[in-house]
Amino acid sequence: MSSKVYAGTEVSVNDEGFFTDPRQWREDMAAEIAHEAGVGDLTGRHWQVINFMRTEFAQKGTGPTVRALGKSSGVSVKELYQLFPKGPAKLAARIAGIPKPRGCI
Amino acid sequence: MQDKIEKVSIIVSKGSLEGIYPALIMANGARAEGIEADLFFTFFGLDAVHKARHEHIKLATVGNPGLHLATWAGGLPGMSAVMTHYLSRKMDGLDIPPIPEFIEMIADTGAGLYACQASVDLFGLSKEDFIDQVQEVITVGEFYERAAGGQIIFT
Repeated sequence: MSSKVYAGTEVSVNDEGFFTDPRQWREDMAAEIAHEAGVGDLTGRHWQVINFMRTEFAQKGTGPTVRALGKSSGVSVKELYQLFPKGPAKLAARIAGIPKPRGCI
Repeated sequence: MQDKIEKVSIIVSKGSLEGIYPALIMANGARAEGIEADLFFTFFGLDAVHKARHEHIKLATVGNPGLHLATWAGGLPGMSAVMTHYLSRKMDGLDIPPIPEFIEMIADTGAGLYACQASVDLFGLSKEDFIDQVQEVITVGEFYERAAGGQIIFT
């Protein structure tokens, strides 16, 4: 466990860069995390996925997998990989300040 | 040794339900982690991408001690269909997609799908027999070229 500074605020993250306390996350931190994760500038489509991740996490206590994202976020699996080439669920969760989703599918 | 896997090439050689799913789960899981993945279908594994057959993949009920069924019972007519139906329902409950849908999703993740030239020749098939997601029929040599620099997984 270590800490990072995003948008001028110190937050705690794990070894892989995921927030250990999602309550520390603020919207204005997302752009910085995205750049650090290699995603680049965030578009409206990125935000649709990030907001969906936050909502799902708030309701279920865990983030959705890529399959669940493809079915319910309004962004297809193909586009998800265009937006987040190095793993949509993983990267969107990191940018959204929630734990890495667990699941095999 | 590298501490992170960057690329996997997964060979699917079996045409049974339990022979195909592990490879699909591994390929999909690799892409979800940002790992490059290719699937290479050979021998009976070609059924997984065969237009007329990929919706009818069955669980092997004979010669499958893991099912804990008497061998004679596994051979009863309809047993494979019943067990396949049962397992498919359980998978549906866990949101594991049926094989055709799963393969389409894996192709959408950017994974490459290839058929083995030797097997295609052996079974008298052609590229038209396969679903559109199959990019190419390739030789074993071409497979190794594509797999270069990554891990090869045989299933």
